[in-house]
Amino acid sequence: MEPILEVKNLTKNFGGLCAVSNVSMTINQGELIGLIGPNGAGKTTLFNLLTGVYEPSSGLIELNDDGQKIQLGGLKPYKITGYGISRTFQNIRLFKAMTVLENVKVAMHKNIRYGTIAAILRLPSYYSEEKWVEEKACELLKEVGLYSKRNEMATNLPYGEQRRLEIARALAIQPKILFLDEPAAGMNPQETADLTKLIHHIREKYKLTVILIEHDMSLVMNICERIYVLDYGKMIANGSPEEIKNNEFVIKAYLGEEI
Amino acid sequence: MRKEYLTKENIAWLLLAVGSFVICSLLMNLGIINSYYQITLYNICINIILAVSLNLVIGICGQFSLGHAGFMCIGAYAAGIITKMMPNFGGFVLGILVGFVLSAIVALIVSIPTLRLRGDYLAIATLGFAEIIRILVQNMKITNGAAGLNGIPQLTSWPLLMIGVVVSIVVVCNYTHSAPGRACISIREDEIASEAMGINTTKYKVIAFVIGALLASLAGALYACNFYVIKPSQFTFNKSIDILVMVVFGGMGSMTSSVIAAIVIGIINMVLANFSEIRMIIYGLALVAIMIFKPTGLLGQRELSFKKLFSSRKGAK
Repeated sequence: MEPILEVKNLTKNFGGLCAVSNVSMTINQGELIGLIGPNGAGKTTLFNLLTGVYEPSSGLIELNDDGQKIQLGGLKPYKITGYGISRTFQNIRLFKAMTVLENVKVAMHKNIRYGTIAAILRLPSYYSEEKWVEEKACELLKEVGLYSKRNEMATNLPYGEQRRLEIARALAIQPKILFLDEPAAGMNPQETADLTKLIHHIREKYKLTVILIEHDMSLVMNICERIYVLDYGKMIANGSPEEIKNNEFVIKAYLGEEI
Repeated sequence: MRKEYLTKENIAWLLLAVGSFVICSLLMNLGIINSYYQITLYNICINIILAVSLNLVIGICGQFSLGHAGFMCIGAYAAGIITKMMPNFGGFVLGILVGFVLSAIVALIVSIPTLRLRGDYLAIATLGFAEIIRILVQNMKITNGAAGLNGIPQLTSWPLLMIGVVVSIVVVCNYTHSAPGRACISIREDEIASEAMGINTTKYKVIAFVIGALLASLAGALYACNFYVIKPSQFTFNKSIDILVMVVFGGMGSMTSSVIAAIVIGIINMVLANFSEIRMIIYGLALVAIMIFKPTGLLGQRELSFKKLFSSRKGAK
């Protein structure tokens, strides 16, 4: 298996606070990776570094784009997205006053081949592209089971469906790597089970590499092939779910140690 | 003609535009709209262009601009100076084009550095820039300083004005209902998510801002060639606020409401013309009342949509 994303000695300082320190990880093509750790361990900061929201203080992020090595560190988020890396957010960030369908259409932006002039003059390319976008977006919504709600405002969806819409939106980018930031947060066991199925399904169908942050251990241990554990910004362990369960550093980080 | 253009909705819009044009022309010919009312009507049309173009920047893209009068000023002076030299239709068109180029350049200079940042920096920058433009105009020889330009040929006619209004509304609405327009709305909704969806946020903010500036300059040109006289004091911060009031009063993000607000405010101004001292007080009170009772504006984000109208009637049958 070939590594698709390599992170080398990544560090992020906020003033005196070292939120992510010297983290290295290798992610192979098609893997489903879990990223866990106690609250405030720096998991979301790591995601934000990988997707360009923050600029790394030091270290390398290297994407293997069909044999071509691309440095992602310091690139703008929209450029990183352009390389096929998409994400969802821990605190849902949908475009609230847009419909469900429009939310997905926005994410298809980079594949739309008409410009401002064609839009204003309504050239034929506008109509053909818009038709294609509409079909493609509807297809994705059917996949996540939100097709019947396509004309509702995103803000009016129930919580679990908003989470699913975020995933649909992330898929609309046609990503190679998908980052899911706590996809099951606040879900009941039934919704979590549905979500697990959905993650499995989209991964198979789109040949995705998935990296997810999650606190729901049943989900993580269930679906992840490999797990990285962060604590106080440092990578303290990595391995299969079985190895992680029995790792003494991980147990110490979560439960504390005997005095 | 491709079938996409000849939908029921588009025909309905066309009928609405032609209908209002014909009715107003008839009323003017019959003398029901006398020359006094006519000034109000022309003012309303110019204000519609200004309000719709500012709404694109503020309501659709979510970027607060306080310098719309500055771009109007550029358009007005460009058209004024050129039509004084070439008092014919060709000069008018050339004036509008020169205004476009100048306001696009100024808009790019203001927006590229400020729109790279998140937040309300654009408001401060545009506020300053509009003042700079006004003061430049006040002190340059070619613009005849504080006295302003006199005797600009009256080239704006009622059909031209109506074409200007329709073109502005069509440009803004077509832009809004397209991929670049969706990108702008997503920036208004959540800039971080928008960027994560692969949208170059700076680019689309700048595009919306430049389109807004171009239309404001068109409004300025129509204004200059209608009222004979332009003075720097007509393009102060107060004028920008006047336009902003229309956008907020109607509802941010809705073009229908900007048009209605421009008409309503135009009529209110005409009625209150004899009480100009209390006009600003009434403006202020109206704004406060709207902010308390209907913070989204009169119409909120609702639009007049023939598409919905037709489909709801079909549903009723």
